[in-house]
Amino acid sequence: MSVAVQSWSPSWPPAIPKPGALPGFGITFGFTLTYLSLIVLIPLAVLVWRASGLGLDGIWRVATTPRVLAALETSFVISAAAALVNALFGMIVAWVLTRYSFPGRQPIDAAVDLPFALPTAVAGIALAALYAPNGWIGALFEPWGIKIAFTPLGIFIALVFIGLPFVVRTVQPVLQDLDREIEEASATLGATRRQTFFRVVLPALLPALLTGIALAFARAVGEYGSVIFIAGNMPFKSEIAPLLIVARLEEYDYAGASAIATVMLVISFAALLAINLLQAVSRRRMGDA
Amino acid sequence: MRDTALAESAVTCWVLTGIAIGFLGLFLALPLLAVFSEALRRGVDAYLAAFDDPDTQSAIGLTLLIAAIAVPLNLVFGVCAAWSIAKFWFPGKSLLVSLIDLPFSVSPVVSGLVYVLLFGAKGLLGPTLSDWDFKIIFAVPGIVLATIFVTFPFIARELIPLMQEQGTAEEEAAMTLGASGWRTFLTVTLPNVRWALLYGVLLCNARAMGEFGAVSVVSGHIRGLTNTMPLQVEILYNEYNFVAAFAVASLLAGLALVTLVGKSILEWRYGHGLSAVRRR
Amino acid sequence: MSIPFSRRFVLTAAAALGLPIAARGQTPAAVTLTNVSYDPTRELYRALDADFARTWQAATGQKVTVRTSHGGSGKQARSVIDGLEADIVTLALAGDIDAIARESKRLPADWQKRLPNNSAPYTSTIVFVVRKGNPKGVKDWLDLAKPGVSIITPNPKTSGGARWNYLAAWAYEIDRTKGDEAAAQKFVEAIYRNVPVLDSGARGSTTTFAQRGVGDLLIAWENEALLTLQEFGADKFEIVVPPFSILAEPPVSLVDAVADKRGTRKVAEAYLNYLYSPAAQKIIAKNFYRPFKPEQADPTDLARFPKIRLVTIDQAFGGWTKAQATHFADDGQFDRLYKPGGTATR
Repeated sequence: MSVAVQSWSPSWPPAIPKPGALPGFGITFGFTLTYLSLIVLIPLAVLVWRASGLGLDGIWRVATTPRVLAALETSFVISAAAALVNALFGMIVAWVLTRYSFPGRQPIDAAVDLPFALPTAVAGIALAALYAPNGWIGALFEPWGIKIAFTPLGIFIALVFIGLPFVVRTVQPVLQDLDREIEEASATLGATRRQTFFRVVLPALLPALLTGIALAFARAVGEYGSVIFIAGNMPFKSEIAPLLIVARLEEYDYAGASAIATVMLVISFAALLAINLLQAVSRRRMGDA
Repeated sequence: MRDTALAESAVTCWVLTGIAIGFLGLFLALPLLAVFSEALRRGVDAYLAAFDDPDTQSAIGLTLLIAAIAVPLNLVFGVCAAWSIAKFWFPGKSLLVSLIDLPFSVSPVVSGLVYVLLFGAKGLLGPTLSDWDFKIIFAVPGIVLATIFVTFPFIARELIPLMQEQGTAEEEAAMTLGASGWRTFLTVTLPNVRWALLYGVLLCNARAMGEFGAVSVVSGHIRGLTNTMPLQVEILYNEYNFVAAFAVASLLAGLALVTLVGKSILEWRYGHGLSAVRRR
Repeated sequence: MSIPFSRRFVLTAAAALGLPIAARGQTPAAVTLTNVSYDPTRELYRALDADFARTWQAATGQKVTVRTSHGGSGKQARSVIDGLEADIVTLALAGDIDAIARESKRLPADWQKRLPNNSAPYTSTIVFVVRKGNPKGVKDWLDLAKPGVSIITPNPKTSGGARWNYLAAWAYEIDRTKGDEAAAQKFVEAIYRNVPVLDSGARGSTTTFAQRGVGDLLIAWENEALLTLQEFGADKFEIVVPPFSILAEPPVSLVDAVADKRGTRKVAEAYLNYLYSPAAQKIIAKNFYRPFKPEQADPTDLARFPKIRLVTIDQAFGGWTKAQATHFADDGQFDRLYKPGGTATR
């Protein structure tokens, strides 16, 4: 989706007037801030406030019990793995969709957005039906003793599905706009196709690729609806962090639930920031901005 | 594809295309196929009968209502945010932009939870609301709020980069020629971004109708009253009514497909306007 | 409160509300009740609600619509605590309604004494569903702890039914060993070592077992097991009834604060009384629940409930509050099964 296409570069474009040159700054800015505060900031602040009732050491205690640590590890490690797989295959898909023409390219291109539009519960049920031992795909692996649904592998499959469009949709537009002359120059200077790709094309794609990975990762970490149907939900094995939040709520432990939620929020926001910084650095080294 | 220094060999080309199609087939086409084949397992009559259930009809109605409220609100917000962020300079802009992104990285479970913490009977504002007899959680307002939260960044995200790229020169010219601010926006800015805007609305709408996790937390699951379509899918599924569950699911998947087809048509007819969105 | 027979019920109801209004010759305004229930009661309450609406309208002229909400028992209780306006709660276990009373004060703490049979108009128990022919030869609880038997049961942290499953296993071993707690812990641990999937609700577990084909055995509510055979085919599954199990009492209660606020107390109370009426008891037995008054149900329906030695939660665990605190609270017995290095995690 092109919602996630562009990477932010706040200092750009250069010619933006100070408030006053164009009208409407006050009202639009005011509305933006008010709406943002009402819908996003105040509710999230309440979450942090609720967790802070435990104190920092309380939050730390909740977050570092072995069960929670294991769930956080499951969530973050599998999300990272899914994001990386999406990076590899997303690159290939983006490359094929922009560079090659073949029959059916247009509808395939359109279908990439499907995971955004398909309700996560539907995705979970459909994936569970496919990958269960008696499902279309699960049955193929069953004779070899490989179980997909109800294992960490099932979580991985669901998270790859959820994050699929991000890398494709961030890399694709950059690839489209990439000047072919640069590649031609590289070829003229004697580079092989492989060298041109890894030394010229890939570095140019890197910022977009990182954004895509970051968004896919952040989305995967929080995913609940589709995972819950296909994960085995076994403690220390296939239990994801959002499930623990739900379990805490069942015990009427709102503070504990808020604490785990806050920790997840902080970690995934930190991961996003780190990747955005990395991206800014690579952008500057490209001399692109 | 002639020059091997400029393009990959035919073999590489085919292998890459094969991998891409295989990957998409495995992760996109198969789940979609599974939904429709389950829905039609007992034939078209059983499929259509699923929509006779008044609870299902009310779920469809509620989902349409939710989207009809959430999408326009996020549309107004998206336009305002894009106008103030793209056309003006102010300190802390990148922070503001990151905050708008925040709902992307919040677990749907948490997006529901925050409203329970805020408006629930034991929440911060719960007692006050209960005194006024005003229901938010477990009623339509709560579902609308959770939906707005989840779809919050979609339209703004679509507009901001495009409007940033287009700069302010055209608007300033219009102003110099004596147009009012509102008129400038309507006649200069809006036509420039209309396709991006429409695409943002389409995606926002699809996500608003399909949201499950956040809505599930604040809905209360009362049949015929606070069940949206994705929740109705879960309910039917839990009643072993698999055909009906997948029938409703197929409606949502169909909506997804319509969204995608709509987008493709936009791109095909107005390829230029949309590809501008895609430019960095 | 005595159990009204259907005629008496109609008369009482009419006396309570219908007659004075009928005398004025007006149709009373339609009323809606919200019944917040747990997962497996969907089919049961669909039948009961329709019948109650008919009876009530015949008696009083008032149209009543009962809206229901279903979900995991604990989740439903939390929704009511958080403000879901339920006139009536009909949950999987007394502990969840206790929690509503404790956390929200919307009903009195002694709610369970207000209706007969600990406020449970129907009971059930925990049995096993196995694949046709019982290939693993399971007969009793002991067989569940054997290696190589794959067992499906939901997560007790999120499912009420799962808590009954867990407690039944525990009570069995306590009974067998004459009160050896350490043995019970070992036994339950061995069972959960055989569990490959912990779904979040009873319905999820049934789907995993019946639809997805995972596991050799499903521990389930008796009503859910009978329904599974009906829905998925008696040619694919069979029920194994252990000689010993737990008496599950899913209780019902009025949520006083909500009913008073909405002005629905009369019809809500009539609804709860109706659950004990012969008509309702018949429907209850038909929907695979054990009726409180078996003499009012169809003998053919009753024939489906075999005799089992049943222990109550009060006898075995000293009530729900205690069982909840010991076994299912954060860091309770159940969590300890899954400590790292604990046998259940392998």
